[in-house]
Amino acid sequence: MNRRRSFLIRGLSGLGTLFLAGCDRLSHTAWFPPILDSAESLTYRAQRLVTSRRSMAREYTEADLSPRFRSNGTAFPQDEEYLALAQGGFADWRLRVGGLVEHPLALSLDELRAMPSRTQITRHDCVEGWSAIGKWTGVPLSQVLQRAHPSPRARYVVLRCADPMEGTEESRYYESVDLEDAYHPQTILAYELNGRALPIPNGAPLRLRVERQLGYKMAKYLMSIELVEDFSHIRGGRGGYWEDQGYEWYAGI
Amino acid sequence: MAKEIPPIDVRYRRHSAAVRVMHWINAIAMLALLMSGLQIFNAHPALYWGASSYTGAGPIFSPGPFPGWITLPGTQWLSMGRRWHLFFAWVLVLNGAAYVAYSIASRHLARDLWPTRRELSGIGRSVADHLRLAHPAGEAARRYNVLQKMSYLAVIFGLVPFLVLMGLGLSPSLDTLVPGWVDWFGGRQSVRTLHFAAGALLVAFVAVHVFEVIVTGAWNNLRSMITGTYRVPRGDER
Repeated sequence: MNRRRSFLIRGLSGLGTLFLAGCDRLSHTAWFPPILDSAESLTYRAQRLVTSRRSMAREYTEADLSPRFRSNGTAFPQDEEYLALAQGGFADWRLRVGGLVEHPLALSLDELRAMPSRTQITRHDCVEGWSAIGKWTGVPLSQVLQRAHPSPRARYVVLRCADPMEGTEESRYYESVDLEDAYHPQTILAYELNGRALPIPNGAPLRLRVERQLGYKMAKYLMSIELVEDFSHIRGGRGGYWEDQGYEWYAGI
Repeated sequence: MAKEIPPIDVRYRRHSAAVRVMHWINAIAMLALLMSGLQIFNAHPALYWGASSYTGAGPIFSPGPFPGWITLPGTQWLSMGRRWHLFFAWVLVLNGAAYVAYSIASRHLARDLWPTRRELSGIGRSVADHLRLAHPAGEAARRYNVLQKMSYLAVIFGLVPFLVLMGLGLSPSLDTLVPGWVDWFGGRQSVRTLHFAAGALLVAFVAVHVFEVIVTGAWNNLRSMITGTYRVPRGDER
């Protein structure tokens, strides 16, 4: 009886220690994180099932605006080409739209501003846990896509940015969203924040807003967008800079 | 002279196999959720009230980061913490839903957890008994006492669903489900604060739960949740 008891207690405390040390070790294995990742597709499907394609993120009023909209990640891209464009007031900057489209485009900031626009006061939720509220004005991504006329094979929009994250050409920020989010009415390419031209720390000249996902999806310093069938051949293959570092591609949670 | 009582204990099956399995799945899920939750908290270790963190008002609570021995993983690694958290959140919810369905279907809920009117009228005495650490013995120990029943019900149908709901409220996608629902709780940053506070309450519940398990017979209780067998000492019967 007593021996059984001490065996069990030792067994349980051993299990406890194993749990703590084991969880840490499991995180470093090749086989275990994919099991954890199975939750991501479950979450993606469950959330897409319960929310409608057109469900709208909460919009706020001017009174709710954060006094200063926090800049996170890159605040000033260390890139010669970008610096040259910034010095010229982005007059020579063009948004290239390519990939699986019938009409590839190269749009200047003035051309984007001449297109139909949308202004929205929304909450930006960072994966770190904080939120900030800002007023964004931009052209709905759906407008740009309609002009470019995506092929029926296109399933994702890949957004490429100017900012190198680790100093190298190959480490430039990039992101991707599916077509459901790309055509959502609140998904815009924003060129204004709080009624003024988008400041450099917040992604000048153009950034993405995808209001039903976390902040890291909302790529700043946009240079080009590309329509693709899948993104497994691009860079780390997970659809974005932070995704390649282990973050979820679907950032609706 | 009292009659000789043969020294044979009464053993009976206290917990069904289903409850035992679900109890331990739940324990593992809650531990993983707590530790990975603290990892996520450490990415921005401050809590706010309202929709946004940047209103000019500042945080209402900023305890600083939790030490590595209590976070999962043990070093700062937000993406891995999220993967653990969002996986075990599903485990907790699916296991919890299975438990509630089983408890209703098997009458575990009605038979073992729902307090009777008579028990409810004796709640004052149960509180006093708990404070004196005077625990039911003999036949009375075979049933959950009224305070135990009430706290289990409050956690199963109140605290854990609230904790899960506040977790869902942090999702920018589920925020759009019913326009403005997150604001009924004060806004997204309030929801984050409430998620944390509910987690702290759950930790307090588990601390009391483990304390009671130990003082009412650690081995007997633990065995009953592993093999199912609970022993009432013969001499204890009243």
